[in-house]
Amino acid sequence: MKEKIRITSLLTFFLLCFFSLISNAQDDKFVKAMQKNLKALDSAKTTAEYIAISNSFERIGDAEKTSWLPYYYAALALITPAWNDKAINADENSVKVKALIDKASKIEDNVEIYGLRNMIATQQMMIDPSTRWVNYGVDASTALKKGLAMDPENPRLNFLKGSSIFYTPTQFGGGKDKAKPVLQKAVELYSKEQPKPLYPSWGKNSAEELLAQCN
Amino acid sequence: MKRLLQLILLFLSLAANGQVKISGSVKRFDGKPVSGANISLKDTYDGATSDSLGFYSFITTEKGKFVLSVSATGYLYTEDSIFISSSPIIKHIMLNEELNEITITARKFDADDKSKSVTLLNSLDVATVGGAGADISSVMKTLPGTQQVGEREGLFVRGGTGTETKQFIDGTLVNNPYFATAPDIGARGRFSPFLFKGTVFSTGGYSAQYGQALSSALILESIDLPEKSHIDASVSPLVWGGAIQQLAKNEKSSWGVSYNYVNLGLYFYLVKQKPDYFKVPNGHNSDFNFRIKTKKGIVKFYSALGIGDGGLSRPDIDSIFFKDALNIHNLNWYSNLSWRENLGNGWKFILGLSYSTNRDHMYQELQDSNNVPREFPNSYFLMNKTFNLKSRQDLSQIKLVLDKRLSSSAVFRFGGEYWYNIQRSIYTATYEYPGNLNDHFTALFAETDIHISNRLTAQAGCRSEYSTIIDQVNIAPRMSLSYKTSANSVLCVSYGIFYQKPENQQLIASPQLGYTKATHYIAYFQQNLKGRILRTEVFYKQYNNLVKTIPKDLYFSTYNNAGDGYANGIEFFCRDNKVSVKNLDYWVSYSYLDTKREFLNYPKRIQPNFAATHNASIVTKKFFPKYKGGINLTYTYSTGRPYYYFHLNDQNSFEIKDQGRAKDFHNVGLSLSYIPSLGKQDAKTFWVIFASVSNLLGSDQVYGYNYSYNGSVKQAVTPTARRFFFIGVFLSWGVDRTQDAINNNL
Repeated sequence: MKEKIRITSLLTFFLLCFFSLISNAQDDKFVKAMQKNLKALDSAKTTAEYIAISNSFERIGDAEKTSWLPYYYAALALITPAWNDKAINADENSVKVKALIDKASKIEDNVEIYGLRNMIATQQMMIDPSTRWVNYGVDASTALKKGLAMDPENPRLNFLKGSSIFYTPTQFGGGKDKAKPVLQKAVELYSKEQPKPLYPSWGKNSAEELLAQCN
Repeated sequence: MKRLLQLILLFLSLAANGQVKISGSVKRFDGKPVSGANISLKDTYDGATSDSLGFYSFITTEKGKFVLSVSATGYLYTEDSIFISSSPIIKHIMLNEELNEITITARKFDADDKSKSVTLLNSLDVATVGGAGADISSVMKTLPGTQQVGEREGLFVRGGTGTETKQFIDGTLVNNPYFATAPDIGARGRFSPFLFKGTVFSTGGYSAQYGQALSSALILESIDLPEKSHIDASVSPLVWGGAIQQLAKNEKSSWGVSYNYVNLGLYFYLVKQKPDYFKVPNGHNSDFNFRIKTKKGIVKFYSALGIGDGGLSRPDIDSIFFKDALNIHNLNWYSNLSWRENLGNGWKFILGLSYSTNRDHMYQELQDSNNVPREFPNSYFLMNKTFNLKSRQDLSQIKLVLDKRLSSSAVFRFGGEYWYNIQRSIYTATYEYPGNLNDHFTALFAETDIHISNRLTAQAGCRSEYSTIIDQVNIAPRMSLSYKTSANSVLCVSYGIFYQKPENQQLIASPQLGYTKATHYIAYFQQNLKGRILRTEVFYKQYNNLVKTIPKDLYFSTYNNAGDGYANGIEFFCRDNKVSVKNLDYWVSYSYLDTKREFLNYPKRIQPNFAATHNASIVTKKFFPKYKGGINLTYTYSTGRPYYYFHLNDQNSFEIKDQGRAKDFHNVGLSLSYIPSLGKQDAKTFWVIFASVSNLLGSDQVYGYNYSYNGSVKQAVTPTARRFFFIGVFLSWGVDRTQDAINNNL
């Protein structure tokens, strides 16, 4: 009898575990997969690694279809290596990146996505700034303006604004002096920021490094 | 209890064994690995990315029937169903390249390597060629295959006349692309480069979609919606004007109007001209446009009205005391409606409608030194110096092109066009000569692009035309093969037959005339390295059935198709867009041409007077961001062209009584631009100050010679002034559009 009770309780325990597993499984699986990929994104070095991570995020996005975050990171993972890897053609890269941005913004059009739009337009402009700045330069600054109108206190958009001023030649209205106050604001906003789990939080170190160069 | 635990253990071990490995490779159909492809077990997180050798592998715990999807940039998305049980799965996947228009650049002169698009030169490229004054045709003259013909409008390509090059806007022919002008004075094009996304200049062997051009096609594609609403203005001693471009709030449609007024009075006062302009050339030009985005396409409308006047007198070559005073009045209205739509399922269509009317009134009289009109109805060589010509030319067109993607490696395109051409003219000299013509012209065409292998692409097409006035059907096959010798280089050969109707005047005089014909054989090799292009091209062109003049007397003739000729040559082009030197874009072209033809009043095959043997150009553009300014310098050179005096002998046929070669042609063009508000993002007004000069060094430019009726006097044909200057200020409000400002109405 005693044994029977133990078996029953054991069975109940197993069943309980099983059901709770099922109910949380979906959320858990998502969070775990995202965390694993975000960790990989932080430590990625080669372009091939970035592409693999982007693909992985895209698979999560395609399977879930309800969260903008996987697509956001899939796009970010393709943008990030393009700043340094000269072998990446920004025009070709932008086709894929823009498709991911569109998927994300269909689910939720938010301030962080405007940051992506700003970056990809900037990368396309950089191919030939003197002729392309008319189109892509305008795209980049429009994205920034729209994003900042949604949330003027977003640290990443303030950082992107600051860095775009930083890299614009002085005679074109850019330069370190003009970038400094914007970057100071960005760094300040980063320190106050308390991002929701899995939400974008990148850029703090880069903003601080760039601000340091302003002095 | 024991049994239960065993059961649980069994269950767990099954779960552990439930991990299944799926692996394989992703390759193109020619066996080359595709790296970076996303392999995904649909609706799960499981999947992998292919490595540099195309291999992939991943582990999944899923069971049952699933879809394995594969996507990679530049390839068609692929799906395959798989059944996952407990054993590992090996799945090899083959991808087909995404085939789009961009890959078919074989015959197009593709100088814009960056986007790999079919665009040859973008608007800014055109606007900033030194000394070319943002005139599309002048810029094309810096590319291989063209001649430096300055005394007539039009592009003279590979031994062809100016009328053998046709211009097309959004697929339809433009009848009068140049402003009206007097004989021996070149004219600029009516259309601003900023109306167009890009300019494709084909110097031969072009697609079956285009016809009625023996030598060359200048294919212009108009821009879609503007970036932003803006207002522009331009001020200069030659021209002033303004424009509005309004983009709807939802960014789905736009409209625009512009107006400018040209008056060369002040300019001619400051810069002395050889002819005596008793009526200063002046003109009003305005245009209107709208563009509407449709579901998966766009409807575009453009309409331009231009009215121009002018009068000039020059010494009469047949008499010492008299001069020819010519009045010109022109009205030109051009409208074009195009609709491009993607129908889905691989179907696309482009519909083009256009209407244009051009009215010329020319009146010339012989005047004495006191500007008093004189008439000599009995003098054989002076009687037709006083004349009145009124002419009107209307062209209505409709063109439909359907495009169907058959598979990942083939596209089929077909369509047709119909033109209704009307010419009405009355020429009054000693007698009155009416000249009327109505022509219904129909053409059908079909062509296909096929990727035979990954390296080899073929394009084969055919065009058939029928004109009621000629009453003959012609069949013009076109073909090309291009072979990728490496990732960045291509070797291409093409062949094609091209027909063109004789000129309206000739058809009016001799309605029995048939089509003139040219056959092109072209081979080129092109290498594109990041920002650099190198191209070598050889060609052979054969002319048949060219129009020959059968003189009745000095003034009147009929025509037949007894002319013929050939042209062959070799051309080089290289462009380095800011790769070797920062902010320096330059291109160099050279063409060698060997051509002879017998046509019009040429008694035998000779080198035509519009063809020079050697032509070369160097175009440089340097921008100095620090000074917010740019310097663009262009040098063009060509060897002297031959000139002839054709004498009409007693047997009523022409013979060459005198001939020679004009001196070599040199031209250095310079333009400077200064953009004070450059980079100021908050600037309300965007400024550009622009100055340019042609023939900076002031070399003697002689295009050829005119002879008096008996050949005793010859007169050099030269530009109307040694140099042409331009200075202007362009303003723009609303959006930073440097290129609009630089150009506007230059």
